[in-house]
Amino acid sequence: MKKLLLGDEALALGALHAGLSGVYAYPGTPSTEITEYIQNYEATCPTGPNGIHCRWCTNEKTAMEAALGMSYAGRRALVCMKHVGMNVCADAFINAAITGVKGGLVVVAADDPSMHSSQNEQDSRFYGKFALVPTLEPSTQQETYEAVRFAFDLSERLAVPVLLRMVTRLAHSRASVEVGTPIAQRPLSPAEGKNWVLLPAIARRQYAALVEKQKDMEHEASVSPFNKRPTDAAGKKLGIIACGIGYNYVTECQPKDAAVLKISHYPLPAEQVRELAAACQSILVVEDGQPVVENEIKGILGSEYEVRGRLTGDLPRTGELTPDNVAAALGTPSVSAHAEAKNLAPRPPQLCPGCGHRDVYTALNKVAAEIPGARIFGDIGCYTLGALKPFESIASCVDMGASITMAKGAADAGLRPAIAVIGDSTFTHSGMTGLLDAVNDKSPITVIISDNLTTAMTGGQDSAGTNKFEAICLGLGVEPEHVRVVVPLPKNMEEITRILREEIQYEGVSVIIPRRECIQTLQRHLKEKKLKG
Amino acid sequence: MTVNIILCGVGGQGILSIATIIGEAAMNENLYIKQAEVHGMSQRGGDVQSNLRISDQPIASDLIPKGKADVIISMEPMEALRYLPYLSATGWIITSSTPFVNIPAYPPIEDIRRELDGVGNVIAIDIEQMAKENDVPRSANVILLGAAQKALGIEYEKLEDAVRRVFARKGDSVVAANIKALKLGKEAQ
Repeated sequence: MKKLLLGDEALALGALHAGLSGVYAYPGTPSTEITEYIQNYEATCPTGPNGIHCRWCTNEKTAMEAALGMSYAGRRALVCMKHVGMNVCADAFINAAITGVKGGLVVVAADDPSMHSSQNEQDSRFYGKFALVPTLEPSTQQETYEAVRFAFDLSERLAVPVLLRMVTRLAHSRASVEVGTPIAQRPLSPAEGKNWVLLPAIARRQYAALVEKQKDMEHEASVSPFNKRPTDAAGKKLGIIACGIGYNYVTECQPKDAAVLKISHYPLPAEQVRELAAACQSILVVEDGQPVVENEIKGILGSEYEVRGRLTGDLPRTGELTPDNVAAALGTPSVSAHAEAKNLAPRPPQLCPGCGHRDVYTALNKVAAEIPGARIFGDIGCYTLGALKPFESIASCVDMGASITMAKGAADAGLRPAIAVIGDSTFTHSGMTGLLDAVNDKSPITVIISDNLTTAMTGGQDSAGTNKFEAICLGLGVEPEHVRVVVPLPKNMEEITRILREEIQYEGVSVIIPRRECIQTLQRHLKEKKLKG
Repeated sequence: MTVNIILCGVGGQGILSIATIIGEAAMNENLYIKQAEVHGMSQRGGDVQSNLRISDQPIASDLIPKGKADVIISMEPMEALRYLPYLSATGWIITSSTPFVNIPAYPPIEDIRRELDGVGNVIAIDIEQMAKENDVPRSANVILLGAAQKALGIEYEKLEDAVRRVFARKGDSVVAANIKALKLGKEAQ
C-alpha cells in the first residue's frame, strides 16, 4: 500500500511496523512529527493490550535513559530528538554503547543544516563515530521507512544502539511510500548478568568488546543495502561520494563522466572508498552538514589523492546542500531566468498577536529601562523572538535552561539586575537544576517563567510541568513570598511592572510566573470544543 | 513530465492546504510527488514556502532548482517576488494582490505590482475580497488554487474531486464552499 508521508512520518510508521514498544522524546524541530505520528496512531488504532509508550518526556536525557531501560527489558525502543538534544542525552547515549542493548534501540537525531529552527548546525554523525555505533542516514522517505526496521534488526544483531540521522529537508518533505506489514512487539525478557553495571572493571571489558565489534560494524556497512557502489566506475573522471540526502541532489544533476558511491550506512566502508578512488581521478564528497566523510577519507586515501567538498570550497562550508550548490560543484550551475527581486524585505518570524510573551516583554522593557545596566537572559522557545523588533529585550539565548544559570553567573560577577526569561517547558527540561544552584547560593536573580501551558514553538505539545510550577519552585527552596503569579494581559500592566520592580530589588532568588494559555493552543481548544458541540 | 510548484506566503495563510489538495489530485493519478514544507519557528508570521514537485517519473531532489519552477502560487504579492530566481523563463505567478503588512520595511505596493507586471505571466487576484463578496470567507486560498489550474496543467474536474476528498471529513457545507471557491478562481484565470 502507498501512503503520502513526511520523512518523519515514514520513520514513525517504520518503527510501528518494526514491533516498537515505546517512543521516548522531547519535541524539537525537525523531529517532533515522529512522536506525534505514533501518538496519533496509538490514539486512533490502539496496538493491543500493551500499547506503545508514546507520552512526551521531560528532556532528551530522561528519554534516552527510559528507552535504554525498555531495551534492557528486551523490547524495542525509539528515541527521537533534534540534533542539539544529542548534547543533552550524550552521557546516556555514549554509555548505552558500552552497556550494549537487549531489545533494539534506535536513536533518531534530526539535524538542521542551515539552522532553519536551531541555534547551530552540528552534525550528529560525529556522535555515531564518538559512541562507536552504526549510523544510518537515509536519502528518501521510502528508505527512511525501511531503514528503521533495518536499524532495529542491526541493533539487536550487534547488541548496540543504532543512530538514525535525519535532516530537515527529509524530515519535512512528503513523498509516497510503499509500506509493508507490521511485526509483533518483542516479549518482555530482561537482560541477565552484570554487563550493565559500568564499574571500571566491567566497563573496561565492555569497552574492549565494543571496540572489537567495530570490524563487524564495518562489514555490515560494506554489505548494507543502503550503500550503493557504482557499477561503472572504471575510467570515470570524477568519483562522487553522495551521502544521505546529498544523493538526491547528485541524481537530480545527472553528472556526466562520473561514478557515484551512495553512502547511507556508517561506519564508512573504507574498501568501497578505495575502489572508487582507484577507478576515478578525483573524488567530490557531497554530504549535508559538516565535512565528516571528507575528513575521514583523507585518512583512507592519503594526502596525495585529490578530494573536494566543503573543506575545499567546492561546496559551501556552512549551510544545507541544495540542488543549486551541488550543481555548481559539479560544474553545471543552475541558470535563473529572473534576477532577484528588488522590492523585497525580509519577513522574520514574530510572536503571534495576542501572545502572553508580548505582555511579558512589554513589562520587562518598561522596568529594565528604569535601571541602567539591567540585562535579560533569554532561553529557547517562541519567546526567543523577544530578541527581535519591536522588543529587542534579551541579551542571550544559548541552550535549554541557560537563562537561569547565565543570570546566576552574571549576578555572581556583580551584574545587577540579572533577569532570566524561560518558558514553562524549557524550565522543566533543564531549568530546575539551575534554579536550585541559585537558591543554594542565594543569588540575586529574578526568574520569569513565562508559562503558556504548552511547548508552543514546536506546535503545542504537552508541557511536563503544567500546574506544578509553584510547587516545584517552593520545593527547590524559593521563598514563598518571592514566588509570584501574574496574568500577562495589557490590562494588568501596572500590577506586572510593580511586581517586577519589587522582585528585582530583592537580593535573592525571585520567581515570577506570568501564566496565560498560548494563543495557538487556545484557538485549537476552542475549535475542538465547538466541534464537540 | 514534471511540474515544479513553489507555494508561498506568510505563516498561517494556508499554503499547506493548497499543497494538500494538489498532492491529493496527483496521488489519485498515480503520479510521483515530493513536497518539502517548512515547520517550526518561521511559521510564526514569517515568510513560509513549500516546494511541490509532481512527475510521471521518479523525482530525485525534494527541492526545486533555480530557474526550474513552473508555477509560483503566492498568498501574498511581495512573497511571490521572493522566489523569482526559481521561476523558469516560461513560468507563471499566481498571486493574491492583497499585501500582508506585518513588517515596518514593507516596500510600496505600487512598486511590487510594477515588478510583478514586469515578469509577464502573472495572475494577480484580490482573493480576500472575492472570498468575502462570494460568502466563502475561509476559502481564499482555494480561489487562488482555482486560478492556478491552467498553469498547473491539472484538469479542473480532478482538482474538484481532490477538494471533495480533502474536505470531506469537515462536512458538506465546507466542501460546497471550497468547490465554489475553486470555481471562482478557475473563472478568474
